[in-house]
Order: sequence, then C-alpha cells, then structure tokens
Amino acid sequence: VSTDFAVDAQAWRHLADAQVNVELDTGDMILNLGPQHPATHGTLRLVVRLDGERVVSADPVIGYMHRGYEKLTEFRTYPQVTTLINRIDWLSSFANEVPFMHGAELLMGIEAPPRAQYIRTILTELSRIATFMVFLGEMGIQVGALTPPFYGFRDREHVLNLIEAATGGRFHPNFNRIGGLKDDLPWGWINECRNTMKTVFDACNTLEELLADNEIFQARTRSIGIIPPEIGAGYGVSGSNLRASGVDWDLRRDGKPYLVYRDLDFKVWTHPDGDSYSRYWVRLQETRESARMVVQMLDQIPSGPIMAKVPRIIKVPEGEIWVETENPLGQMGYYVISKGATGPFRVKIRSASFSNVSILPWLLRGVYVPDIITVLASLYFILGDIDR
Amino acid sequence: LADDLEREQSGAGEEAERELAKTDEPAAAAHARTDADEADAPPTEDAAERESRPLDETEQELLARLERGLSDGIVESSDAFGTLVVRVKPDAWRQAAEVSKQSLECDFLSFISGIDWQPAPREGEEAGGDTSSPVQPTEMTFGVAGSAGRMQVFAHVQSTSRHWGVTLKTDVDERDPHAESWVQHYPGADWHERECWEMFGVTFDGHPSLRHLYLPSEFEGHPLRKDYPLLARVVKPWPGLVDVEAMPGEESKEEEQAADAPAADADTSAEAVKGDGS
Repeated sequence: VSTDFAVDAQAWRHLADAQVNVELDTGDMILNLGPQHPATHGTLRLVVRLDGERVVSADPVIGYMHRGYEKLTEFRTYPQVTTLINRIDWLSSFANEVPFMHGAELLMGIEAPPRAQYIRTILTELSRIATFMVFLGEMGIQVGALTPPFYGFRDREHVLNLIEAATGGRFHPNFNRIGGLKDDLPWGWINECRNTMKTVFDACNTLEELLADNEIFQARTRSIGIIPPEIGAGYGVSGSNLRASGVDWDLRRDGKPYLVYRDLDFKVWTHPDGDSYSRYWVRLQETRESARMVVQMLDQIPSGPIMAKVPRIIKVPEGEIWVETENPLGQMGYYVISKGATGPFRVKIRSASFSNVSILPWLLRGVYVPDIITVLASLYFILGDIDR
Repeated sequence: LADDLEREQSGAGEEAERELAKTDEPAAAAHARTDADEADAPPTEDAAERESRPLDETEQELLARLERGLSDGIVESSDAFGTLVVRVKPDAWRQAAEVSKQSLECDFLSFISGIDWQPAPREGEEAGGDTSSPVQPTEMTFGVAGSAGRMQVFAHVQSTSRHWGVTLKTDVDERDPHAESWVQHYPGADWHERECWEMFGVTFDGHPSLRHLYLPSEFEGHPLRKDYPLLARVVKPWPGLVDVEAMPGEESKEEEQAADAPAADADTSAEAVKGDGS
C-alpha cells in the first residue's frame, strides 16, 4: 500500500466540480480547531485546510502542555521519577509506573515478590478499565449522544474508588517502589473488587446496547477513519488502535515477560475493519477482558511479602535497558541509561499517544468536518501522553 | 529496612515532588556513608555479568539478517537485557531502516531519539548553583555498543508479526550533527525527527520540513543536550525553599532552616556519593 492518499472514485462526485470553481471562488478555507476544543481533551490544536466540507490537509500543533519530563528525570533520583511519570498519561497513572520500575529492577538485578507482581497487575488492569470507561462513554458525546458519558463516568468511579482504597490516590497513586509496593491491599479489598467487576461487566453491556448497537452511532463511525495495518505500524500506532486494524499484537502476550500475564488466560481482541467503530468495539471487548483477568488474579493471588530486599539507597548499576509494556493507550516504553548514580543519566520516554496522533495528517485527509471529531475521539489520546 | 524505605520514599500526590526533594536527599546522604558497601557492590557485578552475556538465538538471527543487508555498515553489536543493540556507520543509517523494514520485517517504528553522552556540569554557575540532583560520573563513558563521540542518534523498531525488535544507534558529529532521515521508510519518523532536531540539534537530511514540534518557533538552544541547564533551577535554587513569600512581619522557622540546610546537605551528599561511586 502506498502512502499516497487516493480518493474513492464515488466520493469525488460530492466535491465541488471544476465548473463551479470557475464561477464561484471555492478556494480552500483554513479552519483552526482548538487548542481549546472539547473534543481534544486538553490542548491539541488542529489547523485544517478545507475544500468545502472536506479536509484537504490537517496539521496537528502540539506542545501546549510540554513539561520536559525527559530533561527533568535527569535531575531526579529513581524513586522520585515515579512522581513525574505518573503524570504522563494521567488517566492510567499506575500503568505508567510499572515499566519504569520494571526497568530499574532489571538493571539492579532484583525482582519484586510474587504478591507484589500480582497486585501490580491487578492495579494495571484496573487502570485500563478506568481509562476505557471514560472512552466508552465519551465517544458518545462526540457523536452527539449525551447519555453514555454519564454512565461511563459513573461506573468508572467504582473502579477509581478501588484504586484509591488500595493506593491512597485516585489519579496519581505513586504506589510502586523499586522492588515492590508501598503497602499491601487493605482488608476486604478483594471482595470489594470482585463486586466491582460485576458492575464493570454490567456497564459494558449497557454501553454496548446503548451506543455500539445504535444505528446512528454506527452510521457515524463505520468505514470512517480507516487505518490500514501497514500504515498504522509505520506511524507507530499501537495498542487497541492497531489491534482494531487487525494486527494481532499485544505486548502482554507477545512482548518480553513482565508482571504475571504469563500466568493468565486471556484473549487478544482484534477487528479487521480499522475504522472508528472497530476501535470502539475493540476497547469495549478489552474492558471486559481486563475485568475477567482481574477476577482470575483475585482467585490466584498468592500470599507473601510485598517488598524485595532493596538497598537503602537506590543506586542503579551502569547499563542501559529498553522496557515496554502494553498500556491502555498503547505501547509505553522507557529507554533508561544509567551510569551508576542515584538518578538516571538519560530516560527516553516512548509514549503511546504521541505516535497515535502523528498519523492524523494522513488519516484526516479526505474526511468531512464532523468526522474529524469522531476520528479524533476514536483514536483516544491523552494530552499529557502526547506532550510529556 | 522496610520502614526506612517507606520514610525515604513517602509522599504521594501533588506535594510529592517537593517533599521528596527535601527528605530524600539528606537522608540518602546520611545513609550513604554507613551503608555504602552493602548498598552497591553486589548489583554492579551482576549487571556487568548479565550485560556481557552472548546473544540469544533471536538476536543472532536478527544480527545475521542485518549483516547480510548492510555488509560492512555495522560497527558494533551487543545485547542489552535481551534486546539487540546495533551501532551502524552514519552513512548506513538510512539503509539500516530499509533493511530493518524489508528483511527484519520490523514494520513498527517505536521511536527515534538522541543521546548526549557528555556529563552535565553539576556545580557552579553553569548549572545554576544546583547541587541537589544526583551526581553523575564526571568522565565521559559510552553505553552498550559504544560511541565515537558525544552525540548519538538511536531508534527502536519492532515487528508486529515476528514480535521481535532491535535498537539501532549511529554516531553524529558533535559540531555539525547530521543524520539521514527515515521518513521515506517509516512515515512516523517525521515527528520523532522533528523532536530530536529541536531537542538535540541533529539535522535530518531528507526530512521534508524540520520545524519545531513542542517548543515555540522562536526558541533558541537544544534543551536535552547536557550542557543546557535546567532553567527552573537557574531561576530558583532547588529545593524551592522560598516557594511562598513570608507574610509581612512573620519570620518563619522555615526560612532559618533554609539558610542553613542547603549548604550542609550539598557538601555531604556530593562527598558521600562521589566517595563510594566507583
């Protein structure tokens, strides 16, 4: 597949033809979308060139929220870095901490005890559910349905309560330590979690009936914003967005082993279409799958310590390591270079949304103005994850 | 031991940054003297052992394919915790992307970025009098697969079908940093190269439009280079002791502490960490 954009022959009929162009001036119009547009979840600015209702070119302008985390990590000790990386993708903060901690532990040659690994995995999956709940509801509001976001946000609250009960923070847990976790789970948490998973299954069913099966929703999302797998991979689009294009690749199953995913029985969902609808559908299935995984882990969770034996001063030996994990938004990776000090020498943060959004200039060419919003929403990005 | 850890690393949420900076550093310095040997010695040896381990089958296969495609373009290769790291000659950089995509089946571009191996100035005027951050070694050393000089460009590509990946590195001249662009092979390289250009000042030949990505277009300098100071620390001494102005007529205890604390801490932490570092 060539990267050049080819317009469907049928679609050309909708364009203003050459004759009209002579009589009336239908020159391109520049539409500035954002940086404060509600569909951009923050401050993403799109400069869109329009020919009538159709997008000729789109240029995302990012950086309104650039905080320079790669530079800041060079001025922090390893335990302090978690505070920063919590704020990269703020909807799934816990999942951001995991790869960095994993990398530092590998460099130091220590391993978190099994119970800590299980709790980490449970909390990572809970973060995924919480993140996707927002998406599943909010996708509705982008196509004009006001009800789904209320359901989505209401049910996400149950999951956030669980995370808060275990870690003390709703959004920024800062719960991981090198070699384990800060605390064990509180009393009664496991039962509470089991009940909440039932709520999650119910919420998925509700949203599926309410939104995914809805005719209007399907008309607005089906065969719109199609990402072919080769193009998506070339742009570095990852996670659910790539799986919705039929690529059967999930780092939890296919990457280097991390956490306890090797002990779990789970399915990797894919969809062959690659359009906005399939991205919604895949995330819906993955929310259910995550809830199933949490239930499995609650049954299997071993007892034991939650901290490995770690020196009092965290000094990471010289070396470099690439760690990647399957985060809710896609592939999250850290390239950590250590020179044997108490802080990292250089950390390259590979965040999922940055690459997911970099495909927009290609993807938006040829879509209609109202579809810009649905395509943006279906890619599902977090501004902090783009700008870092 | 666990208690100590907890105390050192305590502090969550918004205040954590400030908290940690205050509590962690002096604590670390205090412990460093007493626990130096038990803290460092064993892991260092482990890491050295693990890093020098031979390539596994997948890595050998990847390296063989790269060698076939690039012939003498490869300078050095090594393993970094299960990931193959290959350093290629600067003039084989674009070709390395082509070979990765065609014969390694690495269709997925994870990232492209740069490394500045020069140690950052940590004391004195240049660093804004900053003595609070971790002390790095002062001599320039290079990581896995080596480097010819201060500046390097590196990238990670992966295969969505074979589930393997490889990290590629190349050297760039530090006075006039240039590298070949990957845009024609990986369209996603566009943004990554723009980022690398503004952060490290590496020009990518063949890139369609190198312009600022994150920073405003009038921004000068390359922030991720090691000789670029962290401006926040230049403007205000860390750990932000005078965050809040005292109310008129209120001479707070904190200010008195502020006067004493940083000097003492700075000395001990620098000494302690340097003393047992090697």
